Amino acid sequence: MSHTPTQDTLVGLFVAAGIAGLFFLAFHASNLSAYAEHDIYTLTARFENSGGLKAKSPVSAAGVKIGQVSAITFDPKTYDAVVEMHIDSHYNTFPDDTTASIFTAGLLGEQYVNLEAGGSEIMLKDQDKIEITQSAIILEKAIGQFLFKAAEEKK
Amino acid sequence: MIEQLELLGSLTRGGFAKLGRGTRFLLQTLSGIGSVIPRPRLLLNQLYSVGVLSFLIITISGLFVGMVLSLQGYYTLSDFGAEASLGLMVATSLVRELGPVVSALLFAGRAGSALTAEIGLMKATEQLSGMEMMAVDPIQRIIAPRFLAGLIAMPLLAGLFSAIGILGGQLVGSGLLGVDDGAYWAQMQAKIDFQDDIVNGIIKSITFGFVTTWIALFEGYDATPTAEGVSRATTRTVVNSAFSVLGLDFILTALMFGDD
Repeated sequence: MSHTPTQDTLVGLFVAAGIAGLFFLAFHASNLSAYAEHDIYTLTARFENSGGLKAKSPVSAAGVKIGQVSAITFDPKTYDAVVEMHIDSHYNTFPDDTTASIFTAGLLGEQYVNLEAGGSEIMLKDQDKIEITQSAIILEKAIGQFLFKAAEEKK
Repeated sequence: MIEQLELLGSLTRGGFAKLGRGTRFLLQTLSGIGSVIPRPRLLLNQLYSVGVLSFLIITISGLFVGMVLSLQGYYTLSDFGAEASLGLMVATSLVRELGPVVSALLFAGRAGSALTAEIGLMKATEQLSGMEMMAVDPIQRIIAPRFLAGLIAMPLLAGLFSAIGILGGQLVGSGLLGVDDGAYWAQMQAKIDFQDDIVNGIIKSITFGFVTTWIALFEGYDATPTAEGVSRATTRTVVNSAFSVLGLDFILTALMFGDD
């Protein structure tokens, strides 16, 4: 087979295009940029019920994503779910009376941890614990309570 | 009855013998890859005929597959008011499944059949034996560069297929159907995981490249050296490649996306 400079160029272009495609997938179509983790610090919070929260679920404050859940474990002594969160270290000004709650995005959306700052002067540091938490709302429970209440009001 | 049993026996033995020859061939090829490195010219020529010449069919098919996915997905998702997830749906199906699988099938049809025909014809015209006479190992000189080229080209083609498919989906989704452009990309970027989706997709395409190129080269090398033999070998390449790709895809998917 004869080889010409044009052929070399075409092979070069092909390889470049293929690599560009893979890069496009990695950086434009996936969460790779989220892996390029800036500095983070870790907070933990105990919840009575972590609902459908999963590792990698977002942590947000005022609707803005500021970190993600890194691990969820069960504490067999207190029967609580221990949620460990990685928070971007740009956002290191949460006071120690911050409330962590598990919310659902929309009716069927995914669950996320919402942080709401309190008024204390002391800020949370790496490895600190958030004391005030609010568990996930379990839809079945809420419906059950509503039905019981409705039945009681009828009597 | 006895005749049928005999036929079954000979078919089974033939199948196992072929598998054995194929494995030996693969081992020889793998050990011959080292000799390609000092001769990049050989690899470059093969990358041209395997990769560059498959470029057009892969990109055009990718574009249309992405556009159709977007169209079909939109009609289903809009029933649930979830058009915003269109990008996620298109990207997930392309990156995880359609990119590697469809491009491997196209690759087997476009490049695999050409490889088989080329090598089968070399065998039929005794070019391979001629090389051996001149103390040139045809495995090192002919087979190994083609094998390496297939292995390199396949993941690149699959990546291109997925990337162009996602762009095609966006073209139809936000251009034609009025899905919000930001939602298309944002949902995709939030949910497509680099490790779980993209890297696994690339692993799949490398596996498919390995298998389809192996089958194509071996069928050519093992072909009966007649016109009919080469034609049959070419058909077997496409059929066996398709079976292996789809079967392997099931196994790989079960292994990769089992939990979570």
